[in-house]
Amino acid sequence: MQALYAQLLVGLINGSFYALLSLGLAVIFGMLNIINFAHGALYMMGAFCAYFLLSIGGIGYWWALLLAPIIVGIFGMVLERTMLQWIAGLDHLYGLLLTFGLALIIQGVFQNFFGSSGLPYAIPEQLRGGMNLGFMFLPVYRGWVVIFSLVVCLATWFLIERTRLGAYLRAATENPTLVRAFGINVPRMITLTYGLGVGLAALAGVLSAPINQVRPLMGENIIIVVFAVVVIGGMGSIMGSIITGFALGVVEGLTKYFYPEASNTVVFVLMVLVLLVKPTGLTGRAA
Amino acid sequence: MTSITDATLPITPRAVRDEMIVFVIMAALLAIVPWTGLYPFFVMQALCFALLACAFNLLIGYGGLLSFGHAMFLGTAGYCSAHALKVWGLPPELGILVGIAGSFVLSVITGYISIRRQGIYFAMITLALSQLLYFIYLQAPFTHGEDGIQGIPQGRMFGILDLSKPTVLYYVVLVGFLAGFLLIFRTINSPFGEVLKSIRENEQRAISLGYKTDQYKLLAFILSGTLAGFAGALKVFVAQNASLTDVEVPMSGLIVLMTLVGGLGTVFGPVVGAFVIVGMQQYLAGFGQWVTVIQGTIFVACVLTFRRGVVGEIAHLFKRSL
Repeated sequence: MQALYAQLLVGLINGSFYALLSLGLAVIFGMLNIINFAHGALYMMGAFCAYFLLSIGGIGYWWALLLAPIIVGIFGMVLERTMLQWIAGLDHLYGLLLTFGLALIIQGVFQNFFGSSGLPYAIPEQLRGGMNLGFMFLPVYRGWVVIFSLVVCLATWFLIERTRLGAYLRAATENPTLVRAFGINVPRMITLTYGLGVGLAALAGVLSAPINQVRPLMGENIIIVVFAVVVIGGMGSIMGSIITGFALGVVEGLTKYFYPEASNTVVFVLMVLVLLVKPTGLTGRAA
Repeated sequence: MTSITDATLPITPRAVRDEMIVFVIMAALLAIVPWTGLYPFFVMQALCFALLACAFNLLIGYGGLLSFGHAMFLGTAGYCSAHALKVWGLPPELGILVGIAGSFVLSVITGYISIRRQGIYFAMITLALSQLLYFIYLQAPFTHGEDGIQGIPQGRMFGILDLSKPTVLYYVVLVGFLAGFLLIFRTINSPFGEVLKSIRENEQRAISLGYKTDQYKLLAFILSGTLAGFAGALKVFVAQNASLTDVEVPMSGLIVLMTLVGGLGTVFGPVVGAFVIVGMQQYLAGFGQWVTVIQGTIFVACVLTFRRGVVGEIAHLFKRSL
């Protein structure tokens, strides 16, 4: 039973990364109509940013949690202003190809300087150790990751679905021309939205640094799983991305316990099954 | 929404004649390669990738479907052929057929699943399916995991053509490439190809005209996947191995890059693109990891400034379809 709970926890943690990443993808997709293939590379940059802050500036985990998403988010906004905005209005596929190219460049540069092996990043002092819950031993840091990312996800959901800013954002997604006519600066909003989505990816990177080490290719495989999560959940709703992300992480964890051979593939197999039954995804609208 | 290809030029008898002339020139140039100083291994490899890119282009350039997992057909056919040749000891022609059969079965299954969604979702589904297959091949015993299938015997094709001789192998690969290319060329210029283009331009209208567009898309997917598998089977004889790198996601990206550089939706673009990219890998090998960065830069440059690709730009300049 101990092993089952441990795998469930691992599943929840992976699920929080899936949720944060697919949430960022959904936010970006809503405003820019781009599937951000560079999302995995930006997640990796978040982790590296935390590593640099610590090793060069001596800035620890808590500040990194705030600064890394901002720094990488600004980098994302520069990308949007210099490149992504030029392909607005073209076929979706060009956005995919452009961001794929960006991912190759970013990952290639980091690989050149850091090879493919991992760099360690220590768990902050306050979150070391563990708690005995009676039925299992819970490492504090892991519990923290799950709760913190859940809070961030819900805060993002609240920002978009329940605030005035979010209402502007949703309106601009529906009809940018009309929203512009009301005197709202839509291009700036698009840039900020991209920054927000990228920031969420970078935040996931910082959270994962102490667990998974900091590696140049850490985003390459996770992004494909996140794409499968997106196909399963559909891009229809913000809440849909969050729930699907966590749920699939848990399913993956359970598979690791009951049938480890399939743990790498279970999300993809689920994707196939969902597509056969409900091609639009669980919460998705028709494309 | 602008279409992904520059398809303003109609297919006229003149356009087809132009394309036939270019085809003959291309075939003649390729036929004299063994008598030039060019490294035949490089050209053979480029020809395999050219066929692969042409098959991929059939899907995106004419059906508007961006498959981001086309490496799965290359890799699957490669593993099937390699296994048939090495373990079952089949002659080369049957080995190639086993590879084609493998990619055919795979394309029927993956096509049926993936054409249920369009646009970027289609791309993400094909990507995820190829990753699923990658993990399966990583664990399956017959692929030998990280080692791949090595030392594949080349044998004698039809009992007479000794494929271990570079010149003989070159002509076999060339004939294979030209046959595949002509099949694609014929498909594009057929009523079937016209329907595909109409689906690319406006699927709703094609549906309202009474076409069962899903069936057309599935057929195009199967044809493309099977031909990509043919390229994979030929590649086994050139490289004499089948390994995981042929199934990986970066390989799928490379196929997209070749087609993009040459020109999406142009007849000869993928061939030019394949030669450019394979040549780059050959001559930039000294840069090590920087090659990835260079490829990424080419991707970005193509999308931002050079969307028609090499052949597309030339065709646009002369207002001809190529």
